[in-house]
Amino acid sequence: MIRKILTIISFFTIISVSALHADQKKIGFIYIGPPGDHGWTYMHDQGRIYMENALGDTISTTFIENVPENADAVRAIRKLAASGHDLIFTTSFNYMDQTLEVAEEFPDVKFEHATGFKRMDNVSTYSARFYEGRTIIGHIAGKMTKTNTIGYIVSFPIPEVIRGINAFYLAAAKVNPDVKIKIIWNYSWYDPGKEADAANTLINQGADIIVQHTDSYAPCQAAEKAGVLAFGQASNQEAFCPNAHMTSIEDIWGPYYAAKAQAVVDGTWGSEDTWQGFKDGMVEMSPYNTKLLPLDLILEAKNMETAIENGTLHSFEGPIYNQAGELVVKEGEVADDGMLAGMMFYVQGIDGEVPQ
Amino acid sequence: MNIDIVIGILNIVLISTTPLVFAGIGELVTEKSGVLNLGLEGLMLVGAVTGFITLVLTGNYFYSLFFSIISGVILSGIFAFLVLNLMTNQIATGLALTIFGIGLSAMLGKKFSGTPIEGLNPYYFIVISFLLVFMVSYFLSKTKSGLIVRAVGEDHNSAYALGYNVIKTRYMTIIFGGVMSSLAGFYISICYAPMWQEGMTAGRGWIALALVVFATWKPWRLLVGAYIFGGVAIMQMNLQAIGVKLPGQFFNMMPYLATIIVLVFISSNKLRLKLSAPASLNMPFEKNQ
Repeated sequence: MIRKILTIISFFTIISVSALHADQKKIGFIYIGPPGDHGWTYMHDQGRIYMENALGDTISTTFIENVPENADAVRAIRKLAASGHDLIFTTSFNYMDQTLEVAEEFPDVKFEHATGFKRMDNVSTYSARFYEGRTIIGHIAGKMTKTNTIGYIVSFPIPEVIRGINAFYLAAAKVNPDVKIKIIWNYSWYDPGKEADAANTLINQGADIIVQHTDSYAPCQAAEKAGVLAFGQASNQEAFCPNAHMTSIEDIWGPYYAAKAQAVVDGTWGSEDTWQGFKDGMVEMSPYNTKLLPLDLILEAKNMETAIENGTLHSFEGPIYNQAGELVVKEGEVADDGMLAGMMFYVQGIDGEVPQ
Repeated sequence: MNIDIVIGILNIVLISTTPLVFAGIGELVTEKSGVLNLGLEGLMLVGAVTGFITLVLTGNYFYSLFFSIISGVILSGIFAFLVLNLMTNQIATGLALTIFGIGLSAMLGKKFSGTPIEGLNPYYFIVISFLLVFMVSYFLSKTKSGLIVRAVGEDHNSAYALGYNVIKTRYMTIIFGGVMSSLAGFYISICYAPMWQEGMTAGRGWIALALVVFATWKPWRLLVGAYIFGGVAIMQMNLQAIGVKLPGQFFNMMPYLATIIVLVFISSNKLRLKLSAPASLNMPFEKNQ
């Protein structure tokens, strides 16, 4: 209900945002949450602003916020396509089919769908290799936990999220085989109250490190209050929990957005799949908290970043077994992008089942 | 499972359920007088953002609470004027209030979103929420004014004929409901998750509305219902964390499902009287009939 209402409101607001110039390219964004979430949507909006600054007057941008991942998304995307936008970024996984539906109706409009895997002639997909960051925080968590229990708050069971859990666990278990992770599925990307409840529940059950894959900074705040450690999500959240925040995995979309917008301006845009990580700067780690982390651990983390960048370290190095004990990645090999993109299983050592 | 964990769980349940109790008990009184206010979500958000902004600007929790409550008085006052004096449709006006509140709070809070604040201890408000339920229950069943509120809600024409001021009574109950909603909002942004982010109440206003029906307009049942909704939500998190596989989506819709079941019961007329649904709910009142 509330989502519907929000969408209706957003329809009214977009009209006012777009100021028109004759030969300007119009670029639209569909956001899952508000730009003020200081997480996922915030970083996409930072990317949009970066793009505006980089391209100046050659483009104008529009966004619709709080668009639910259901049929309402079709209307929101179509609204942008029909109002003369040349390039539309749909910035959440579950806009996938909606994006394709509208893309079929508007073959001249270019679409960029974040974190998805279905493409068309006028639909590109792009994503960041967040899991590389999860490897770093997994390593840190494995070394920093005293209770050997790590609380992990997640949104929806989709490959991106499950890949993150696996990457995190593999890195943590590598340095600390006794480590256990407790997982709570919230079935929402954004509900500060519920995220705080989940964090408190995990802390109550003995977790001394809180990891999140949801969009608000409430879990980090709850960790701060309870005196345990936490990692932020999507953007640097240190300001909200200075005594709990060890680091965050940051999503850096700006350069990619600017490049794609430039391609539309130049007329060179083509459908492609982009998946970038540390190496191309699409994923970055926030400054490591020197008050909380020992210096040698920070150095290790930085070395790991470099190793991932130059390819000597991979988040999914074999041998990797699934929960049934079957070998899924052989010794000496790494998981290929196909496996990573469709990853819907937990690796061996994680308790519980992936919800269907 | 040791006693510390149990206490911890109870603690989380208390903290997370309190906003539902505040918003629910306010709406219960409003509906008892025969007015349906669907604007809870908007009122909560504006209460939350007003309290937050005041706290950032003044650093004073008392002012913060005060202005949060004032925002509830103003917004629900406007709602009351529209539905009571101009006799607009209550459902449409309530929805408009929610939409307005969502937009207004987002606009007001834009600059303040992401400002770190020191949260307030929630325990005072948890105690207050229990006291409020007790007071409302006593008020509605044992005091003359409470009986007038119910009379107005059951049959406003008869109440008017008996000489009671229907409009004034409803003004009071609507504003009480508004204040309670803004208090719920204040609690969310200052105690529960001390921050301001757009739409941070995340549908709790709608759950509170459902709760009033679920409780069949009885204050104590509302309290019990709120703790059932809140308790189930926290329990499922605990079970998940110890590795039990649960259909999480099902728990998200549980409050609404339970309410629909209660509604089905109520709509058979014989039960309706027993279940104490106000007979004049959502009916406009015209003085010169």
